[in-house]
Amino acid sequence: MDLSILWYLVPSVIMFVCGVYGFVTRKNLIAILISLELMLNSADLNFVVFNRFLFPGSMEGMVFTLFSIAIAAAETAIAIAIIINIYRAIGNTDVREINKLKH
Amino acid sequence: MDITLPILILAIPITMFLVLGIGGVKMSRKLAGVLGICGLGTTAVLAYIVAFTYYFSGDPLFILDGVRQQYQVFDVTWLAFTQRLVVNIGFLLDPISAMMLIVITTISFMVHLYSWGYMEHEPGFQRYYAFLSLFTFSMLGLVVATNIFQMYIFWELVGVSSYLLIGFFYKLPSAVSASKKAFIVTRFADLGFLIGILVLSYFTDTFNFITLTQNPESVLGSTGGATFMGASALTWAMVLIFTGGMGKSAMLPLHIWLPDAMEGPTPVSALIHAATMVVAGVYLVARMFPVYCVVPSSLTFVTVVGAITAFYAAAVACAQIDIKRILAFSTISQIAFMMVSLGVAYDQPIEGVHYSGLGYMASMFHLFTHAMFKALLFLGAGALIHAVHSNNYTAMGGLYKYMPITHWTFLIGCLAIAGIPPFSGFFSKDEMLAAMYANNWVWGAWMSMVAGLTAFYMFRMYFLVFWWKENPHYKEHRPHDAPWQMSLPLIILAAVSCVAGFIPFGEFITWNGEPYHIHLEAPVAITSVIIALIGIFIAFKLYFKENSVPTRLKNMMPALWEAAHRRFYWDEIYQFITHKIIFGIICRSIAWFDRHVIDATMDGMAWIAQRASASIKGMQNGAIQAYVIWYFMGAIVLAAITWLCLI
Repeated sequence: MDLSILWYLVPSVIMFVCGVYGFVTRKNLIAILISLELMLNSADLNFVVFNRFLFPGSMEGMVFTLFSIAIAAAETAIAIAIIINIYRAIGNTDVREINKLKH
Repeated sequence: MDITLPILILAIPITMFLVLGIGGVKMSRKLAGVLGICGLGTTAVLAYIVAFTYYFSGDPLFILDGVRQQYQVFDVTWLAFTQRLVVNIGFLLDPISAMMLIVITTISFMVHLYSWGYMEHEPGFQRYYAFLSLFTFSMLGLVVATNIFQMYIFWELVGVSSYLLIGFFYKLPSAVSASKKAFIVTRFADLGFLIGILVLSYFTDTFNFITLTQNPESVLGSTGGATFMGASALTWAMVLIFTGGMGKSAMLPLHIWLPDAMEGPTPVSALIHAATMVVAGVYLVARMFPVYCVVPSSLTFVTVVGAITAFYAAAVACAQIDIKRILAFSTISQIAFMMVSLGVAYDQPIEGVHYSGLGYMASMFHLFTHAMFKALLFLGAGALIHAVHSNNYTAMGGLYKYMPITHWTFLIGCLAIAGIPPFSGFFSKDEMLAAMYANNWVWGAWMSMVAGLTAFYMFRMYFLVFWWKENPHYKEHRPHDAPWQMSLPLIILAAVSCVAGFIPFGEFITWNGEPYHIHLEAPVAITSVIIALIGIFIAFKLYFKENSVPTRLKNMMPALWEAAHRRFYWDEIYQFITHKIIFGIICRSIAWFDRHVIDATMDGMAWIAQRASASIKGMQNGAIQAYVIWYFMGAIVLAAITWLCLI
C-alpha cells in the first residue's frame, strides 16, 4: 500500500496541536515539559518526512533529526534540573505560582 | 647665524613655564622664584647677544650697503593644510624685532625680580612665575614671527597669558570678571584680525612678512580690484587686521578691558598692560607698515582712531582716583600717540624735505622709551600700593619723605612721560610731534594738546601722592621704601629713562632699513616743552599743597567731572548693548525658539515612546502561558499573511 505524505503530516499536526494545547492549559511544570517534547517530536517527524518525500537521495533531514533528539535530551535534563530547584524553592511546581519575572 | 641662540630664547621661557607649572606645587617659593628669575635672566642675556649681533656685527646678512636687512634665522613648515595653505614657524630678525627682544626681556626680567619682593606672601607664588614665563615666551614668539599666522597664534597666546595673570587673584570676583572682560573683548577684536589675515592671504597667497612687505605694490595688484562696500579688498584686510591691534592696544572703542585689567598684580600690569603686550597692536601696524602705505586710507583710519583715543584717555585720566587706573589711561593715551605717529608716517615729501618714515621711527622710539618709563611708573605704583595697602591716592599724600627711592624714581618717570628734557620721553615725543606737524598741522596741534594733558594728569597724580598733605594713617602704619628686589628694578629703569633719549635711534630703526639722522626740530621741541611745563605748572598750583581749589573746580562742573570719572560712560554703553539688546532681545528670542521648538520636539518624541511603553508593559505579567498564547497567535497571523501573499 502506498502511503501518501499526508499520512505522516496529519498525525504530526495533531501531535503539535496537542503539544500547544497541553503547554497552554497544564499547570504542572512537568506536564508542560511533556507538551514541549510533543511539539518537538512533531517537528522532528516533519523533518524526516519531508526529507523522505522531497529529497529522497539526501540524508540531511535524518541527520538533523538525530541531532535534534540529542539536543532535546540535554534540554530536558536542564529543564528537569530547573524544575527540581523550583520545587525546592517554593514547594510545588505550579506554573501560576512562578510569575515573579515581570515588569 | 647659528640657530641655537634664537631657539634657546624661545625654549627657555616655555621650559620654565612647564617646570614651574607642573613641578611648582612641590617647590619652595624661593626655589621657584630663583628658577624663574635665572631662566629669564639667561633669556635676557641671550636676547641681548642676538640683538647686539644683529645691530653691530656688520654681517652682510644683517646690513648690506648701510641698509638693514630682514633675516629669517629659520623658517620651517609647521602645518601644511593644502598646497596653498601652509603655516610656517620661524624666527625673523629685523630692526624692530631685535628692539622688541631687548624691551621684552629687559622689562620681563625687571618684573621677575620685582615680583620676588612684591608677591612674596601671596599664595600661588609658583603659579605666578609659571604664568610670567608663559607670557614672556608668547610675547617673544609674537615679535619674532616670520609670518602673520604665527603672529596670530602667539597673539592669542599672549591673550591667554594676560587672562591668566589678570585673574591671578581668582578668589576676587572683580579680578575674575576683569580677566573675563579682557579675554572676551580682545578675542572679539581678534576675530577681525583673523578675517583680515584670511582676506589678505587669499589675495596674496602668502602669510610671510618679507614677501608681503618687500613688494607691497604687487600685493595691491593681486587683489584684482575686488571691492566690498566701496572699499578695496586690501583696505578691508588692513583695517580688519588693525582691528586686532585695536583690541590688544586698547584703542577706542575696544579700550574698555585695559582699565579693568588693573585688577591683576601690579608687576603684571607693568609687564603686560603697560610695556609689552599692549604695544603689540603698534608692533603689528609697524610690521605691516609697507602694506599699509599702499592703502593710505587705512593709515588715515589708524591716525583718526589713535587721535581720538589719545585725547579721550588723557581726559579720563584727569578724573581718576585709583593710581593704577590713571596709569592705565595714560598707557592707552601713549599707545594712541604711537598709533597716530605711525598713521602719519607714510611717504610724502613736504616742501622738498623728505619726511619718509619719520613717524615710523619716532613711533618705535616712543615704544621703546615708553616701555621703560611706564614700567617704571607701574612698578613705582606697586611700591606705593605695597606701602599703604590701597590703590587710591586718597590713602596717600606726603609720601616723599617716607619713600625717597620711590619718590625720586617716580618723579623721573613722570618727567619722562611729560616730555621734559633730558629724559627719554622728550626725545621720542618730540620726534612724533615733528612727524605729525609734517603731515598736517591739525594732528600736530591736537596731539600737542594731548601731550599737555599728559603732563597735567601725571603731575596731578605725582603731587597728590607725594605732596598734598600727609595722610593721618601713617602714624599707625608708617610707610617705607620697598625691599631691594623691588627698589633695584626701579633704580635701573629710572637710569634707563634718563639716558634712553640719547640713543641715536634712527641709526637702528627706520621703516626701510636706511639710517635716518635724528635732529631736534627746535620749534616743535620748544613748544612741546612749554606746553608740558604749563601742564605741570597747573598741576603744581592745584595739587602741591592742600587747598580747596580742586574741590571747587569739581563742584563748578559736576557733570563733566562725573562723566570723566565714569570714563564717559563707555562701560555703561557696552552694558546696555550687551545686556539689553543682545541678551535681552536677540538672545531671549533665540532661547525661546530653543526651548519651545527644538527642546519641545525632543520632549514630544520621548513622551510618545514613554506612553507607548507604558501602555504595553502590562503584557509582561509573568504568566508564561500567556506569552505562549500571544506568540502562537502572532505566528498564526504571520503565517496567514505569508500564505495570502503567496496566493
